[in-house]
Amino acid sequence: MAERLMGDSVESDICIIGAGPAGLSAAVAALERASSVTVVDENVHPGGQIWRHDQIKGENPELRVLMNRLPRERVNLISSATVIAAPAKGRLIAETPHGATPISYQRLILATGARERFLPFPGWTLQNVTGVGGLQALVKGGLKIADQRIVIAGSGPLLLAVAAYLKQVGARVVLIAEQAPRRRLIRFGLSLFSNPARLGQALTLKRQLSGIPYLTDCYPVAADGEDKVRRVILQQGAKIWQVECDYFACSFHLLPNLELASLLNCGIEAGRVVVDNSQRTSEPDIYSAGEATGVGGLELSILEGRIAGYMASGNLPGAARLFRRRDRARRFARLLDQTFASTAVLRELPSDQTIVCRCEDVALGSLREHRSWKAAKLQSRCGMGPCQGRICGPAVEMLLGWQPDSVRPPALAARLDTLLLTAELAEGQNTQEWSKE
Amino acid sequence: MSGETFDVLIIGGGIVGAACALEAVRSGLKVCVCEKGVIGAGATAAGMGHLVVMDDSEAQFALTSRSLQLWRDLADSLPVSAEYQVSGTLWVGADDEEMAEVGRKRSFYESRNVRVEVLDPRQLSEAEPHLRSGLAGGLLVPDDAVVYSPVVAKFLIDRANDAGAVLREGVTVSAIHPHGALFVDGTTVSAGVVVNATGSWSPGLTPGIPVQRRKGHLAITDRYPGFVNHQLIELGYLKNAHAVTSDSVAFNVQPRQTGQVLIGSSRQFGVDDPAIEAPMLKWMLERAVEYMPDLTGLKIIRTWTGFRAATPDSLPLIGPVEVEDGRLWLATGHEGLGITTSLGTAELLVDQILGRQSQIPTAPYFPDRSLREDIHHG
Repeated sequence: MAERLMGDSVESDICIIGAGPAGLSAAVAALERASSVTVVDENVHPGGQIWRHDQIKGENPELRVLMNRLPRERVNLISSATVIAAPAKGRLIAETPHGATPISYQRLILATGARERFLPFPGWTLQNVTGVGGLQALVKGGLKIADQRIVIAGSGPLLLAVAAYLKQVGARVVLIAEQAPRRRLIRFGLSLFSNPARLGQALTLKRQLSGIPYLTDCYPVAADGEDKVRRVILQQGAKIWQVECDYFACSFHLLPNLELASLLNCGIEAGRVVVDNSQRTSEPDIYSAGEATGVGGLELSILEGRIAGYMASGNLPGAARLFRRRDRARRFARLLDQTFASTAVLRELPSDQTIVCRCEDVALGSLREHRSWKAAKLQSRCGMGPCQGRICGPAVEMLLGWQPDSVRPPALAARLDTLLLTAELAEGQNTQEWSKE
Repeated sequence: MSGETFDVLIIGGGIVGAACALEAVRSGLKVCVCEKGVIGAGATAAGMGHLVVMDDSEAQFALTSRSLQLWRDLADSLPVSAEYQVSGTLWVGADDEEMAEVGRKRSFYESRNVRVEVLDPRQLSEAEPHLRSGLAGGLLVPDDAVVYSPVVAKFLIDRANDAGAVLREGVTVSAIHPHGALFVDGTTVSAGVVVNATGSWSPGLTPGIPVQRRKGHLAITDRYPGFVNHQLIELGYLKNAHAVTSDSVAFNVQPRQTGQVLIGSSRQFGVDDPAIEAPMLKWMLERAVEYMPDLTGLKIIRTWTGFRAATPDSLPLIGPVEVEDGRLWLATGHEGLGITTSLGTAELLVDQILGRQSQIPTAPYFPDRSLREDIHHG
């Protein structure tokens, strides 16, 4: 891939946001017809969350295969770049460590992935309590984990994948607590028999995890410790007990990242970007692929990415070839959502003293006294900090039933000079292009 | 349902309505206050929460300085989350002309027993190291303060509520008349005195009053404790703020207790769309950067807009207006000083309702004063 000259503005026919499996697959597919593509990614290295660069194990082999199909001279990869605004039609502003970069495009593919869902419980803000993917990312980034005792809890297939990874790099995974009921998981397990490849993966995972207890209907009641987490209190049915640990990784499945889609006015329903059969969003010339359109795992992300890449490059037959496989994978995705949906009992975990908004240190009790999210935000500043409700918003939605607000520029915190450039590019545009209230 | 009867019905749960409700109920009146949305979510939430003594006119000085006194009396009972902080106002002078203004302001304030301190360029840069070099000096008004207004509005409403005031939240008034109000849900409330305290919405309920919407933009940064120490305002602000007919921006930044920096300000007439306007935002941020170049590297976490309720002579409308079948009462038109003057407004309004003697002359704020278009300032 080509080195980018910093500070340059970038002109592209096809621009892809996100260099995870969906984004990179889209790039490969698009290059069958298009002469070049631009890929914008938040991280230093491409790969997204699942293929995150690993200081211990090096580059993921699947990632290497894809990257080998992306010739440097035809792919303009802009790394460490966060898209914060869309000042005009066909224009984006990305913030990089070297300043703001304006990007223009004809067709856009949003492959912005997903993030972990956190639900508060007493002690969740203690040191060494992390997300599940979060702990894996820390280890890949160099955190020494060998011989450390780790409890993994929450929900989703990620729990198993991360447990296997951590075990492999020498950590002592004490147990895995999955909140989903056993009957849902049995149904999910049976569905794997309809897909031999997935069944194979599952069996491999099972082998890798031998010796690690996997408890269902089991969830954390609290994390406890003085300076950092020392033990986790777990509950399964009527049984409550505690487990000693050095790290506690906990997250409740995944949530699509919707900020950019929302900023671009793309239709969003049920917490995911709405796309048609061809991965087209409600906005002309904007496609979306991967977890942003609904959490569905690696295979679906790759298929959606390829379809979006083909469509954006005018290769309809290429895209149509993949529809059936994509639809099958999507059915599996919906099953994932059903299987790992949070049970109502999780709402009872936080006490009134439990912090919900970590940016502004807002406890649940001080939210309960308000009638609406707007009133609660104004009075308590919940969701008003640097993350602008990205973490606490979903928790508040589950705990109190309040819907999150619309996204305003900057979609994510941005340097003042980036905002100035954004405003400059938006000048002369209808104000609605800048801010869709 | 056809409702209860009150002594006073206050429409609007912003900080002005909230302060009026508390003052009225404390004076023994039976009070109802209505808010169509969320308490303190309009201009109260959109503004900066700067508590400032102003010197544009004697009347403005009287109301702001009396209000500052009331704020000092209230301060000890405010919750910590109200973030009341006596951070002082520092008026920044860029050139000799603006330093002449510093001299004029100084004598104005000193002759009226307001503490001030003139800063030379070195003292200015010691007080605020992130200001650009080459500025001419400044005037520090150390007793001015900053507050987080939505929490204060809620606090005042809750106190009024505790003292017996009835709160109707989430109900929109469709019409008011001298003896009560009609709500969109068909209910009515009757009262001896009906107060329109709906800020920039007030002409909607009382047509013909000289209140115009004046739009403003604001931006807030992530936390940078110590980056700014005082509320900083350029003295060019005075010239700009009085450019009644055209858009303007001014360097106006505020330190929040959280370490965040609030960046303002812009003024526009004739715009009803709350959308953020790129040219205004750019102009405002550029003005801020002109005075504080280091702002460019700070992270902005949010931008928003709000509407001030402006009058032709920059003084609020406090008191009765004669309408067809009686009198309606107004507590509106506070423009950019509504947080500061909310407490003084409440006192003046209730004094008039009860026929009490006020601490300051009430006539300059009577809604039926002749509102001249010529705005003069020295």
